[in-house]
Amino acid sequence: MERNNILSQINKIFIDTLDDEGVVIEETTTATDVEEWDSLTHIMLVVAIEKHFKIRFSSKEIQSWNNVGEMINSVSAKIVD
Amino acid sequence: MLKNFIQLKKNLKKDFSNLKPIKLAILGDTATQFLTQSLRGLGYDNSINLDIWEADFNQIERQVFDFSSELYQFKPEIVIIFKSSHKLLGKYNKVKPEQHLLFASNELSEIENIYSNLSNNLDAKIIYYNYTEIDDSVFGNYANKTESSFLFQLRKLNYELMCFSSKKPNLYLCDISSIQNEVGKLVFFQPSIYVSTEMVLSIDVLPKVASKTIALINSLDGKLKKCVILDLDNTTWGGIIGDDGIENIQIGSLGIGKAFSEFQYWIKKLKNRGIIIAVCSKNTESVAKEPFQKHPDMILRLEDISVFKATWDNKADNIRQIQSILNIGFDSMVFLDDNPFERNIVRENIPEICVPELPEDPANYLEYLYALNLFETVSFSNEDTERTKLYQIEAERTKVFQKFTNEDDFLKNLEMFSDIQPFNRFDTPRIAQLSQRSNQFNLRTVRYTEVDIDRISNSKDFLTFTFTLEDKFGDNGLICVIILHKINEKKLFIDTWFMSCRVLKRGMENFVLNTIVHFAKENGFTTMKGEYIPTMKNDIVKDHYLNLGFEKSETCFSLEVQNYKDRKNYIKIKK
Repeated sequence: MERNNILSQINKIFIDTLDDEGVVIEETTTATDVEEWDSLTHIMLVVAIEKHFKIRFSSKEIQSWNNVGEMINSVSAKIVD
Repeated sequence: MLKNFIQLKKNLKKDFSNLKPIKLAILGDTATQFLTQSLRGLGYDNSINLDIWEADFNQIERQVFDFSSELYQFKPEIVIIFKSSHKLLGKYNKVKPEQHLLFASNELSEIENIYSNLSNNLDAKIIYYNYTEIDDSVFGNYANKTESSFLFQLRKLNYELMCFSSKKPNLYLCDISSIQNEVGKLVFFQPSIYVSTEMVLSIDVLPKVASKTIALINSLDGKLKKCVILDLDNTTWGGIIGDDGIENIQIGSLGIGKAFSEFQYWIKKLKNRGIIIAVCSKNTESVAKEPFQKHPDMILRLEDISVFKATWDNKADNIRQIQSILNIGFDSMVFLDDNPFERNIVRENIPEICVPELPEDPANYLEYLYALNLFETVSFSNEDTERTKLYQIEAERTKVFQKFTNEDDFLKNLEMFSDIQPFNRFDTPRIAQLSQRSNQFNLRTVRYTEVDIDRISNSKDFLTFTFTLEDKFGDNGLICVIILHKINEKKLFIDTWFMSCRVLKRGMENFVLNTIVHFAKENGFTTMKGEYIPTMKNDIVKDHYLNLGFEKSETCFSLEVQNYKDRKNYIKIKK
């Protein structure tokens, strides 16, 4: 799956989970850029992304991402096309 | 269908201002933010505005043992204590192996200590989450034979908790262990999330834990299911009695009869625990009754059924008739029917009634119904086991009443006696239970638990009365409770007046007022004050005090006892 495709799917998950139609994310987006993205909603995002792509992140991964791009790295490494 | 966590979270933005507020404190040894959000969100769907104070993470002991803490300042009505199995395991891992044998006992005494501090210093009900099972697999199956193993100690602790709570009327266990049994540990607990956040409940299981908790809170608030209405063909037995005949319906060993036998055993257990069973079936009455009378494999018999309606009329109309005989709210009734068409008709006509979407395959009925957890309760007394008989007698009385043209003649003919007593320990469970269950004939709807009742009966500021009512058809048992609060030497305030709706229209309210006015006069009181607090359900007593001759002032009703003339009734005091 293309990175852009993953990004747009993750963007949709952000919108649903954070209940905010206006959220636009890019590879460089970090938690400080999105108002509702805190340590608690992070967990909701993790679980929602896991469900959507039918994958499981390791606990290390959950804590390691510095931006959305790194999140996409983890996703694309796990999904089977 | 249960909402998921994100849907529950969306409820938080809604308007809670018209909902009933309940103050709830949550104390946990793991992170409880999501649980708090789930509870408040699900509370919205149950018309409760949960005002939640959440202790900081891992602050249970500090909050409970410091009497100036935020917990005590908050004055919650309900306290939830959630100590997780993972922290329990962590503690077990740290103690010396020679102390493992005593691990559960030591833990229980800590819990007892928390409980007694809370109940001595707060006027609150306490909900304690039991322990979900973790098998650390150090002993394998042998853990079951080894008292010092973690699994042995955890199960022992759960058992000891049940024993402890059975002796403490103010302590309620919320059985989250049974949720893990239902969904499996892999769904209940997500290790990666636990390791990064200290949260032990997975996002997926949160709505289930919230639902189990809200069920308890609802029943503490008097929202209970009291009656099951059964369809017969393909619900109570397999097949259609009118077409297949008594020898061919599936029950017992015939066909898939096992599913229906087990279903009937479940209904019978509900009946024994005090749930009223009624039948509503599209059938000819004599044909529908035949299996109950003659089929050797039927578990349910006619004496288990309080009201039997088998006609060819619309089921919604029949259910309305059942409701008028039983005199309980539609929202306390559950209707079980295999036919989606009938279910929809009933739902459309009587939206308050609970109509579970029974699975198509009868083999799945029971597991589905278990998971719904419809019959939550916060009390159980001997009275419950007698309830079916009481309602059958009531149906008899209704028949006799139809023969009398004059109500006075009917009442005289009933030969009624009432036993009047102050509260005593023997009656405490029944009084508390009536306090939880009475919705209609309840002037102020202040709910009292067994602990409250004990406190009131030991206080010099309160005067208490219980009334029974028996007549020639049978004994209704304890059906009315009065609590009078001494405002001063001259004035009495009627703090509580509730009555079972089984005894409406018997002159009981006149008899009760005569009794308490006589008492007031003999003890030098001059004035009685009463108050009506409206709820969704107690409209029938809106004019109660006016009808009894009280005068209305701004906020309450008052009666001068000096000029009181005894009000008419045909009830005699039982000597």
